Amino acid sequence: MPELRTEEMVLNMGPQHPSTHGVLRIELVVDGEVVVEAIPHIGYLHRCFEKHAEAMNYQQVVPYCDRMDYLASMSNDFSYVLGVEKLLKIQVPERVEYIRVIMAELQRIASHLVAVGTYGLDIGAFTPFLYCFRDREMILDLFEMTCGARLLYNYMWPGGLSHDITPAFIEKTKAFIKHFRPAVKELNDLLSYNEIFVKRTANVGILPADVAVNYGASGPTLRGSGVKWDLRKDDPYSVYHKFDWDVVVGTGEMGTLGDCWDRYMVKVWEMEQSLRIIEQAIDNIPEGDVHAAIPKRVRPPVGEVYVRSETPRGELGYYIVSDGGQSPFRLKARAPSFSNLSLLPAISRGYLIADMIAIIGSVDIVLGDVDR
Amino acid sequence: MNANEIHERIKTAFPDAIIEFKSEGVFEPFIVIRPELIREVSRYLFEEPDLNFDYLMSLSGVDFNDGNLGVVYHLHSMGRKHRIVLKVRVSKGKPDVPSVESIWKTANWHEREAFDLFGILFLNHPDLRRILLPDDWEGFPLRKDYKVQEYYQGMKVPY
Repeated sequence: MPELRTEEMVLNMGPQHPSTHGVLRIELVVDGEVVVEAIPHIGYLHRCFEKHAEAMNYQQVVPYCDRMDYLASMSNDFSYVLGVEKLLKIQVPERVEYIRVIMAELQRIASHLVAVGTYGLDIGAFTPFLYCFRDREMILDLFEMTCGARLLYNYMWPGGLSHDITPAFIEKTKAFIKHFRPAVKELNDLLSYNEIFVKRTANVGILPADVAVNYGASGPTLRGSGVKWDLRKDDPYSVYHKFDWDVVVGTGEMGTLGDCWDRYMVKVWEMEQSLRIIEQAIDNIPEGDVHAAIPKRVRPPVGEVYVRSETPRGELGYYIVSDGGQSPFRLKARAPSFSNLSLLPAISRGYLIADMIAIIGSVDIVLGDVDR
Repeated sequence: MNANEIHERIKTAFPDAIIEFKSEGVFEPFIVIRPELIREVSRYLFEEPDLNFDYLMSLSGVDFNDGNLGVVYHLHSMGRKHRIVLKVRVSKGKPDVPSVESIWKTANWHEREAFDLFGILFLNHPDLRRILLPDDWEGFPLRKDYKVQEYYQGMKVPY
């Protein structure tokens, strides 16, 4: 009998596929069940953010920043306003800084809850997803009572905030911290150390540290490979230096350092660290007027600046060029998901198609952030 | 290492690579490099142990609106904790810049994006295709003289 003829097959995953977390198409070249090559095709959600920004004034850009990484709007705004304030040389009141940090950390927890919950869902664990969204709901309620919006906040403005927080906010945030501490443990029991979950994620999609750095990875994707790098500590901005917390990194506890489980677990541990920051900040918010430093007209002098901050997904940088006019001459957003997604081909070769789901989920991309 | 020292190092290694160096009166010091030498300079910055620029934070295309396009490289060193900004300028008529993809893999997609939106041609890039826009889109939207096409596959574009 002649030998069976085999050949590679090209398989399209997406653009409408629940596990891609948005509209992402991955061209898979497969040899049977084994992935030979994975080529991501992006741009389905491109909304011309950079082009829009050149046509409007600096304050009007903020709502557009909201819509980039729509699971972490607060963090997107944070980075942008830091850049504009640097161009304008504005010093914002201490109260504003504290509230921003609290909001950004709450946002980090909310975003990680989605990441962790849907990651479980991808792999077949439905229950943790419901627990995560229950807790995320409490954070969205906090945001809603402060600025009226649940997803896209337009809360941080160059020079200040749109609304001050209320005493009820502080009370409810404290209640949330009390509620959420045990919830993390619950999540670990349900998902993180679940036998099936560990089997699916440990030793899969291994990303060595040097590859991660070379591909410009950041955030939990980088830290999952054991690189102790967090902009909040290593390139401090706002008032992060005042708080006591740790940068968590992957340890290879369940398999190899830099595998999917490590990337996942870093997010879980980070939520606990965020709680620590909020806990320290919430009791020490100084008095002040959150509108005091908001400029009436934003017209930065000629110059350019690159600011970056640590969003839940990693390093979000804005390269802002001002020609002295009312709108940015050039605004480039260096999105964390964009760089993180670009390393997908490097970590998916040789794994099974089923593992692709685990790998995509562990990199935790938001397509709005990738495509801008 | 601060920007002046980094500038000195590049100047010693590549005497004719630097067009301009600005460290005063700006938020971040930058060095303008001759486009033909950008890859060599980048490799030097990447490989020298005491410079060790292992992280390309961002690579942005810019249209200076004076007939020139540019590429801005924001570099950072994780080990040495210093940073520097490199720039190149090329004319719109011949926007050729050597690719740095072989040094920092992250440049692959960033260069594709700069090609997509500005039409900057990165020489020796392994896969220079449009990345965000459809493959059959006409023109480069972030150029200051960009005029949007009237029809895209039978659909009216400006509205």
